[in-house]
Amino acid sequence: MGKSTVVPFGPQHPVLPEPIHLDLELQDEKVVKAIPSIGYIHRGLEKLVEKRGFQEYVYIAERVCGICSFGHGWGYSKAIEGLMEIEVPRRAEYLRTIWHELSRLHSHLLWVGLGADALGFESLFMHAWRLRETILDMIEQTTGGRVIFSVCKVGGVRRDISDHDLKEIVSRLEKLKKEIDGLTALILNDETIHARLKGVGTVSFEDAKALGCVGPTARASGVPLDYRCGDEGGAYKELGFKPVTDTAGDCFARCKVRLLELYQAIDLIKGCVENMPAGEIAVPVKGFPPAAEYFTRVEQPRGEAVYYVKGNKTKNLERFRLRTPTNANLAVLVKMLQGCDLADVPNIILTIDPCISCCER
Amino acid sequence: MSYIKKSPWLVHYDGSSCNGCDIEVLACLTPLYDVERFGIVNTGNPKHADIFLVTGGVNAQNLPVVKQIYEQMPEPKVVIAVGACACTGGVFHDCYNMIGGMDKAIPVDVYVPGCAARPEAIIDGVVKGLAVLEEKQKAVAVLAERAEEERETVLEPTVAMHKQQEAKK
Repeated sequence: MGKSTVVPFGPQHPVLPEPIHLDLELQDEKVVKAIPSIGYIHRGLEKLVEKRGFQEYVYIAERVCGICSFGHGWGYSKAIEGLMEIEVPRRAEYLRTIWHELSRLHSHLLWVGLGADALGFESLFMHAWRLRETILDMIEQTTGGRVIFSVCKVGGVRRDISDHDLKEIVSRLEKLKKEIDGLTALILNDETIHARLKGVGTVSFEDAKALGCVGPTARASGVPLDYRCGDEGGAYKELGFKPVTDTAGDCFARCKVRLLELYQAIDLIKGCVENMPAGEIAVPVKGFPPAAEYFTRVEQPRGEAVYYVKGNKTKNLERFRLRTPTNANLAVLVKMLQGCDLADVPNIILTIDPCISCCER
Repeated sequence: MSYIKKSPWLVHYDGSSCNGCDIEVLACLTPLYDVERFGIVNTGNPKHADIFLVTGGVNAQNLPVVKQIYEQMPEPKVVIAVGACACTGGVFHDCYNMIGGMDKAIPVDVYVPGCAARPEAIIDGVVKGLAVLEEKQKAVAVLAERAEEERETVLEPTVAMHKQQEAKK
């Protein structure tokens, strides 16, 4: 064994679209210890709640992260709706579910691409992003935006989707499903991908529970943690939802869970379209949030995000707190990196699907 | 539209943005928009790059990183600020730790508005950046020509004179 050396990884690194810094302590090629340091994207958004009105802040909440933007807007609105005891129309909840699942589809396809790029499989990156564009087209057609849609508001949603558009979404998803079949078959049966991902960055069931990881990272280790199961909002309860899990806990399992969730998201959207209730899409919001607290959760593409709000009878909230999935998964990332090869570091980092702007807010 | 002889390479960095513009920058490289057909390559190494595509309003911790990447890039170079928060600070302009706009950190040549900036807008910004790059290349070429002239008229005769004196000794 040689002397240990420290290799800095990031903040500007080709595999990372966002800056995070890791100090990797190496002994020869093995990582002994990884020390993450964050703060490159910290914008202080929680503090901004004191300067913006509670209805206006939905736009800021959406800009916590550009990938899971709809989920953040929804989570914040849900927390305010809980605080002010607003009953959201069922149609609005179904529309929110559709947009949230479309975001999940685009987020997971984006991840497949970035993960493939980290492996050096560039053509797969291109194909995954080509499929992602079809999802973005649907989002643009129904909301007007590509990555940040600003369609969720306190008390409901801003836009309705016509029956014609709903049918078109379903038929386009049918076509997309066939293409995803090809993508999935390729990833799950490719020998090179098996060699790179199987048995790498393994997290046991116990570790996953003890370190409190969330989302597909937890589900790949056999922890059936998915907030959509017990979600009061949205249409998940009525559609009968069961989380996708795997038991291996390695990079490959995390990849598989995300791929299977693509199918699940398509089925959920179809279910929403079939059972879409008629009626209003929003209720008017009167008054200011009361001097009370409320907390709620949303299952984001990367895992469970926790929203806490505290009102003080004025236009502005007193406190808004957000715990994001990447924040919860960083602890387990440090554990995964211990004992891995230096060449596997990019893969392992990407399989937790890090979203640094969520994490730092 | 400008015509340049060499393929421009770009380096991309997220200077404290929400990630929305960054995924749109990556979307430019992928099949629907595909800027690689024009020879534009996204490189990870700032020393290989001609164009710096940078997003976000820059916070205190990210400021030295942005400056470092800019300084590492060889001349001539073009900086393109992508998105509303890189242009002016955007929705984050009054956050306590944001400096509010990329031009407060490094000199910016092209501003691309939008929240998030659309891929078409980013590509348009890069095309405008290419024109700026061409001008800068010309300026560098003039300097190089002047240096060449100086070498021919001043340096070479002096060296020749010295050599003659050495030979006499």
